[in-house]
Parts: sequence; C-alpha cells; structure tokens
Amino acid sequence: MSFKAKFKRWFHSWASPKWFFEKSERWLPWLGVPALSLLAIGLVWGLIFAPEDYQQGNSFRIIYLHVPAAILSQSIFMMMAVAGAINLIWRIKLADMAAKHCAPIGASFAFIALATGAIWGKPTWGTWWVWDARLTSMLILLFLYLGVIALYSAIDNRETAGRSTAILSLVGLVNIPIIKYSVELWNTLHQPATFKLTEKPSMPAEMWVPLLIMVIGFYLFFGWILFKRMRAEVIEREFKAKWLQKKLIEN
Amino acid sequence: MPADLGFFALLSRDIKLAFRQKSDIINPLMFFVMVITLFPLGVSPDPNELAAIAPGIIWVAALLASMLSMENMFRSDFEDGSLERMLVSPMPGFLIAIAKVVTHFLVTGLPLVFIAPVLAYMLSLPSEAYGVMVISLLLGLPTLSLVGAIGSALTVGLKRGALLLPLLVIPFFIPVLIFGTGALQGVIMEQPVTGQLSLMAALLLFSLASAPFACSASLKISMGNG
Repeated sequence: MSFKAKFKRWFHSWASPKWFFEKSERWLPWLGVPALSLLAIGLVWGLIFAPEDYQQGNSFRIIYLHVPAAILSQSIFMMMAVAGAINLIWRIKLADMAAKHCAPIGASFAFIALATGAIWGKPTWGTWWVWDARLTSMLILLFLYLGVIALYSAIDNRETAGRSTAILSLVGLVNIPIIKYSVELWNTLHQPATFKLTEKPSMPAEMWVPLLIMVIGFYLFFGWILFKRMRAEVIEREFKAKWLQKKLIEN
Repeated sequence: MPADLGFFALLSRDIKLAFRQKSDIINPLMFFVMVITLFPLGVSPDPNELAAIAPGIIWVAALLASMLSMENMFRSDFEDGSLERMLVSPMPGFLIAIAKVVTHFLVTGLPLVFIAPVLAYMLSLPSEAYGVMVISLLLGLPTLSLVGAIGSALTVGLKRGALLLPLLVIPFFIPVLIFGTGALQGVIMEQPVTGQLSLMAALLLFSLASAPFACSASLKISMGNG
C-alpha cells in the first residue's frame, strides 16, 4: 500500500468512535505514565533543586506551573479551533468530541495561568493584578473559552452545538492575534515570553530544563485527560451500540 | 432575478421596517444617552475629571448600545419564518448578512454618531477631539455590527440568546474599543492619531471581507441545515 493510501486509511479511521475507543484504551498508559512521571520530575527539580533567582529569590519557582499552563491554554484553543474546522468540513464526530472537551480543559489552564500569575505578581510587582498586556490577553482568552462553553451548553441539539461552537472558536482563533496585538499596543509591563523557538533561553540550563520537562509533561497530561474525557463521551453518545455494550460488559 | 440578487430589495425592506417600528432606532439612542448620564452622577461632575475619562465613556456606551440591539438583527425574521425563506432563495447567504449589518449600522450606529457630539460636550471632551470622535465612531461601529452579526446568527434560535450574545461578542469588540479610545486620547494629548484610525479602517475592511461568510455559515447551522 502506498503512503498516500495508508494515510487516507489512517485519517478515515478517526471517523469511527469504535476504532478510537478500542485503540485509545492502549494509548492511555503511554500518555498517563510519562505525563505523571515528567510532572513529578519537573516539579521536584524545579521547586527544590533548581537554583534561586538572583533577584526574585524563591518566588520565581511558580514559573514551573505558570508558564506551562499559559502555553497550554493557548495551544488548546488552537487545537479546539482545528478540531472544530475538521468537524465542520468532514463532519467527523470524534473531532466534535475533542473540540467539546478542549474547552473546559483549556479554560482551566487559562485560569491556572491567571491565578499563578497573580500569586507571582504579589512578591515581584507588589500587586495581585495589573492591567498589563499579557495578563489582559490571558483574561480575554479565558472569556473566549467561557463563551465557547456557554454557547455549547445553550444549544440543545448536539450536532448544532458542535458546529456553532466550531464557528465561534474559528472566529476566536482569527481574532486572538488581533486582540493580542491591540492589547500590547495599549499597555506593556510583563516580561517577554520565556521560551522562543528562534532564540536561546535567557536563563541557565538548571532553570530552563525542568521548565521544559514541565511543559512536555503538561502537554502529555492534556492528551491523557482529553482522551479520558473523549472515551467517556463515546460511552455517553454510543451507549446503544452493541459493540460498546459488549466491550463494557467484558471489562 | 435582479443583477444585485435582491440585495437592495432586502435592504430597503429592512430599513422600512425599522422606520415603522421606531423603537429600534430610539431605544439604543436612549440607552446611549442614559448610560452616559450615569457617569457624571457616579464618578464626578468635575469637568476636568470627566474630560479625562470621556473617550472611554463614549466608546463603552456606544459599544453597549450597539450590542444591545444586535440581538434583534435576525430574530424577527427568524420568528416569522422569512429568514428560512431567504436562506433557501438564490440570494447568497453573505449578501443577507451584509444587508442585515448595513441596516443595523444605519438604524442604530448612525444615530449614535449624530448624538455623540452633544454628549461629548456634556462630558467636557476638548473640542478638537470631536472630528476624530466622529471618524472613529464611523469606522468602529460598522465593525461592531459585522462581528456582532456572527454572534447574533449563532444565537438566533436560542431561548437564552439575549444574555448569551454579549458573552460571545464582547471579547471581539476589544480591539475596536482600544483603538477608538486610543485615537480620542491621542488627540487630547496632541499626538498624531492616523495610526489608530488606519488600524480601525483595517479592522473594518478585514471584518467586511470575512465576517459575512462566517455569519452566513452560522445562520445555516442555526437553522439546522449547515
């Protein structure tokens, strides 16, 4: 079989909740175990063994939760919009389930980023909250998530809800750069991004390696939680299907 | 089928309807005036203090007034079934969206622009800022109508739509608010404001080119045949 045919087959298998339900059972430990171990390693390394910051002392250590949560909340929005687009174009039910469950997870990460940012801001800036550009755009990202969740729960028909929120999250995706840019023009106080793909990190390796571990751990953790929630959604939607009933009785 | 695919027929019908049902025009205007009255009462009647926050007050009040009337953009047509007829007609969905947006701007946006100088005077906005205020409102309010039309289309069939719509669209209004007030504050501080106004024009053109399509797709999904 040619690569193209293989890819096509692989892509099409995602349309089947049954395929996903059976496969993901085997994927879960491959996500969950590395996720939890990376999080444990990163936390212990970052919170205990990484050196103190010469200006901020120990208070900088919250970076090991703050930065990964902030990165994840933005990535998840992107994934939610892409999953929504796949649902709009190919009407793949799994994409709808993924988009639906991205929203609450992403909103939680956005909230964690805001909360840890407030806790971090108190010792370093002397205040829990400032109307700074990056804080404000994170708050707006949380609003976008809450809008998506509110729209999903307001529509009774499941298919309509999925497709409507898909449009909303696509509109959100297009607007996020515009909002970010306008908010940045408006006010800037926050330090620039910690990780840039094109530049060497400005902190020593003992500090950024655990941070990188935390970021990867957060991504795996997200994948793990997402798949668990999607499996629950498959059970909820397909509970009448014979294959699922058989599967559930077997376990 | 006329050359404009019925666009102007729909537009003139909607405007005619709005003028017969005068509350569509008067209510947002009254809301705008009343909300602005609250600020001197709530903050301070001191002209200097008011002048400092006048750009923000005018823009926030205009944004809210425009948003409150968005809920009705498609509702009456949805309720009497004519929206469904329009969507199955040969008229492209994005033209329906543009007609509704133009109507919304003419009926609720433009009156706000006309009354804004009076309110700006009452808020002691420096007189050199009036021109920029009118231009920024003329550029910003149609953008709000365009973006709001998407939210209105997404919530058209919902019973709880009225409270939901602001939650969906307010985040998208933020750039317009920032550039709109930024331009006004720029004039007051005697800085060049062509940058902010150009960005507002860019936002308007961008949303004009993209929002009608998203709005039309949302309408079709809301009507259950997307």
